[in-house]
Amino acid sequence: MKQWIAFWNIVLKDMRAYYLKPPNISWGIIFPIAWTGMFFIKSGGGLEQVLPLLPGVIAVSILFGTTSMLAVTVTFEKKARSFERLLLAPVRLELLMLAKTGGAILFGVANACVPIGLARLLVDLSGISWGAMAAAVTMIAIVSTFLGLFIAVSVSEIFEAQTFSNFFRFPMIFLCGLFFPIDRLPIFLRPLSYMAPLTYGVDILHGAINEANTMPLALDFLIIGIFCFALFFISVRNIHRKWIV
Amino acid sequence: MEIQAPPTVASQDSPAFIEARKMTKRFAGVVAVDRISFDVGKGELFGFLGPNGAGKTTTINMLTGLARPDSGTIRIGGLDCARDPKAAQHLFGVVPDESNLYPELTGFENLCFCAALYGMRKNERRAGARELLETFELTDAANRKFEGYSKGMKRKLTIAAGIIHRPQVLFLDEPTTGVDVASARRIRQMIAALHVSGTTIFLTTHYIEEAERLCHRIAFIVGGRIVRIDTVSNLLQAVRGKHVMLISVAHSVPALCASLSLAFPALDFHTVSERELRVESATPISVGPLVRLIEDQGADVTEARRMQPSLEDVFVRVTGIEADAMRKEREKTEAGL
Repeated sequence: MKQWIAFWNIVLKDMRAYYLKPPNISWGIIFPIAWTGMFFIKSGGGLEQVLPLLPGVIAVSILFGTTSMLAVTVTFEKKARSFERLLLAPVRLELLMLAKTGGAILFGVANACVPIGLARLLVDLSGISWGAMAAAVTMIAIVSTFLGLFIAVSVSEIFEAQTFSNFFRFPMIFLCGLFFPIDRLPIFLRPLSYMAPLTYGVDILHGAINEANTMPLALDFLIIGIFCFALFFISVRNIHRKWIV
Repeated sequence: MEIQAPPTVASQDSPAFIEARKMTKRFAGVVAVDRISFDVGKGELFGFLGPNGAGKTTTINMLTGLARPDSGTIRIGGLDCARDPKAAQHLFGVVPDESNLYPELTGFENLCFCAALYGMRKNERRAGARELLETFELTDAANRKFEGYSKGMKRKLTIAAGIIHRPQVLFLDEPTTGVDVASARRIRQMIAALHVSGTTIFLTTHYIEEAERLCHRIAFIVGGRIVRIDTVSNLLQAVRGKHVMLISVAHSVPALCASLSLAFPALDFHTVSERELRVESATPISVGPLVRLIEDQGADVTEARRMQPSLEDVFVRVTGIEADAMRKEREKTEAGL
């Protein structure tokens, strides 16, 4: 029970200190709107382009929102030494890191609501499988957050975290089938697509929104789940190895 | 100087609550802490004294689980902390050498959050935070963000955060470094009050007089090795009966100590600073001849003051390090020079 009190208060503290701050709220709204507008205009089509673009815009909004936030909540606190307070708390490191990432996961899910809300104003979303969509959004938020954690734990400065994040984020926009189908990519790039966790989350979204998934949804969930576990436990191991020296 | 590790001296009044045995830590091949062993009794105020880079913070980090010892054992409250650093974390609070609370939270929120990390319920957290803010004279600043606090206020709130969960042991790393005289004094009073209330305190400090005033037992650590552990009264025994005088001059004179040593072979002369000399003797010191010779050397004596031998003398004798040099080194580091 005591550990869960700590868990919940870390999530709440991060929400209050970072995620619910006006700059971040506006950033969480403006960024997805910008992505939506950019790809909608680029598509050159009419409203019929909204649904095909929606999975990519949702995924990219979550990816950028979560990875950017982790650079602040973890890298900044590590640099300011306030992260030591968490390491000194009588709470298992795994639970601490789940708490530390919990706020970012919720922030990612909230980010996804912006393009969905905008699409709702423009087109009929009654054909969407909302259950699969919610699961996909949650899984993408979790895997992107854990990717952000992995990056934050690998660097020591905030600017390094942002730079290192872009090393993963920008290639994933083009490689993971967000806006360009993987089967239209050059053949030598396709293996890279399947090495990125976002590919599987976006595939679920394509299935939920347009019934256009290319892999069985169960396989998508399994692989994205494996990515979540791997990224989280590698990050925790890195904290053990690098921060508790 | 060859330093021999002393035998472990346990607290004589109470059973050991913190037990460290042959604790060693290396960083990139450099030995930061070298096979140190000590016990701290329950309810004891134990001082850990040494210059910059002596291994004080590394020792605290190993005891609290922020660093892993390369070898050795640590037990706190009978729990094996070297094997499982999380095992005893509920028993202790830590006040690090930097005030590392959350700048974006208020004083009250910071205390409540720190209490929550130890699983305290909401009502307990809020009541505890209010009580400590009052005790530490921070009630008026309770709703101000931590980033707006002065250095002394930050230090006080950081200490409050370390004790909000009422730990049995408190690790204090340089609690008064960098704060003004009044705040330092108030912090020392609070440390003494915590000790009286039964909290076991492990205190690291650069300030010898602070350790002398507060601690029951003291360990001197130099170059990662403990060179002496004993009670303050036993440590002072070595300098009892000694006569000490501090002489201040208007401006520095080169080689003044050397020429005085030649003229007065029975006296020991130490340069404290550019304008201060420390004279030690087993017999009473005659001031007149000493002042005359110094003035003959071209220095104007502005003050000659007899002093009570202190722990500083013991420290200088045991470690060979001038306490003032240690203090200056610290001030230089703080100023970022």
